[in-house]
Amino acid sequence: MVATSFTPIASIIGGALIGIAAVLLMGFSGRIAGISGIASRLLPPYEDHEFAGRLAFIAGLLAAPLLVRLATGDLPSQTIQAGPPVLVIAGLLVGFGSVWGSGCTSGHGVCGVSRLSMRSFVATAVFMATAIVTVYLVRHGG
Amino acid sequence: MRVLIQFVIGVIFGLGLLVSGMSDPAKVLNFLDFGGVSAGTWDPSLAFVMAGAVAVTLIGYRLVLKRPRPLLAEQFHVPGRDDIDLRIVVGPVIFGVGWGLSGFCPGPALTALGFGAPRAFLFVAAMLAGMMLARWIAGRPARSGIVTPAG
Repeated sequence: MVATSFTPIASIIGGALIGIAAVLLMGFSGRIAGISGIASRLLPPYEDHEFAGRLAFIAGLLAAPLLVRLATGDLPSQTIQAGPPVLVIAGLLVGFGSVWGSGCTSGHGVCGVSRLSMRSFVATAVFMATAIVTVYLVRHGG
Repeated sequence: MRVLIQFVIGVIFGLGLLVSGMSDPAKVLNFLDFGGVSAGTWDPSLAFVMAGAVAVTLIGYRLVLKRPRPLLAEQFHVPGRDDIDLRIVVGPVIFGVGWGLSGFCPGPALTALGFGAPRAFLFVAAMLAGMMLARWIAGRPARSGIVTPAG
């Protein structure tokens, strides 16, 4: 386990930036800022003609750390503790589950909760609970 | 024009993930680790990420959705469903296990690609495969003409 420090101010500012992005995407394009929805629709089959816009949004996500590195010469800390086999299994579960449940932390947890959607309240409560139980079992179960 | 704006919005979203600490799986896992509360290793920061994001979006959506249409699109695409079926529970159960195993959800994982970490590429490749599998399974009955009851 890697210790991390409590960062309430940075986290609330970062959260507000995520919110601003969600509001801008709705205001300009009329779309929910759900990352799993945007990413999964980059894959076939295609149901509309929004491919370029979705790709641009995802490219922006990837560009953010590159811009931070250009501007400050440094990157925020990032520690991936899981090994390759666990990452593959976790990736499959996150990808499958987000599409099966029509959303992820952003689409349900931020956008859906902000729309006061009952489906998103249920989804958010369920994935928070199962993630907490999973971490508990991995760290304290054995 | 809209493509350029969506790139900028993606950058803002990504900066939010970086500034907030969401892009660090170690921080996410320490937030999810309620067993660490008594040990003093629990990191409640991510509750502040969600509070900040929801506060802004809750107010912003109310202002934006009052308008007749988006600035650069024909209409708002907002999910209209409010029924609780099996998929809205089973999907998040599966998602939560993967999130808890890795500390990655889709946004931070994609942003992590910009860090150049090989393990992030592995996660994202598996995530895209999982998404394709789910879309394929979900789309199969419709294509074959078999209608399954919801839930």
